[in-house]
Amino acid sequence: MVRINGKEIAAAGKTVAECLSDGGFDKTRVAVEINGNIVPKSRYEAAILADGDSVEIVSFVGGG
Amino acid sequence: MEDKLVIGGHEFTSRFILGSGKYSLKLIEAAVHDAGAEIITLAVRRANTAEHENILDYIPRGVTLLPNTSGARNAQEAVRIARLARELGCGNFVKIEIMRDSKYLLPDNDETVRATEILVREGFVVMPYMYPDLYAARALADAGAAAVMPLASPIGSNRGLATRDFIKILIDEIDLPIIVDAGIGKPSQACEAMEMGAAAVMANTALATAGNLPMMASAFKNAVEAGRKAYLAGLGRVLERGASASDQLTGFLR
Repeated sequence: MVRINGKEIAAAGKTVAECLSDGGFDKTRVAVEINGNIVPKSRYEAAILADGDSVEIVSFVGGG
Repeated sequence: MEDKLVIGGHEFTSRFILGSGKYSLKLIEAAVHDAGAEIITLAVRRANTAEHENILDYIPRGVTLLPNTSGARNAQEAVRIARLARELGCGNFVKIEIMRDSKYLLPDNDETVRATEILVREGFVVMPYMYPDLYAARALADAGAAAVMPLASPIGSNRGLATRDFIKILIDEIDLPIIVDAGIGKPSQACEAMEMGAAAVMANTALATAGNLPMMASAFKNAVEAGRKAYLAGLGRVLERGASASDQLTGFLR
């Protein structure tokens, strides 16, 4: 299982690109961190999620 | 006369920084337009796929994005959020916002200095939100901050320039743009900050809680411009006591 934005999801073995597409995320509007390390957009196709990984997918929202 | 606000080598004509929190995305374009804003703040949060609208679709082109690090409780968390914000691909400006106190939401100046040191080294244009303290402001300047953003009163309070005298000290002593942030509740307060010599004013809640947001954005624009003009013109002197006639004291009818 992979923890994505706090939820356990069966995404081990998938690439970041697949995971974003499965989750309905617009990859042009998010930034991704695996275990605290930023994954550059250029590596979304290559980076593969492993069991136990913790993934954060963030985007901009309104704020002061 | 050219009167530009320069932050980290970038020039701006507008001296009113707009927040984008606590109101509908649909109002952002009108708010930016009516505020004449060239800089808008944003926050970074976990992406929510249930909401298909993205705030970036509502911000007019050419507006500089100023992501904040809200949610950070220490320098390390602020640095992490700043890096993610930059990875989102909208420039290298960051407003550092670090707070551990959830009641008054006051910024932690020490952690803010630490985060500034790190993010400046990483090439960010760093604009730290801070409690108006001269020593902290000097440390931020030494760390390479592009501006200093002292609070007027607690975030979201609309209570105005509670820290007036201490902001004035920063304006007088710190050789960086002093941008009054947080607590500015009405245009008259923004105007006063600008008359004092603040380089810019930022507001969010004052607009978000106004009856008519775009109209209030316009009111702030005018107030900030009026205050800036008054500062550049040089305010008239204030008498300690007594009066001074505006009319000549000769030639009275008797």
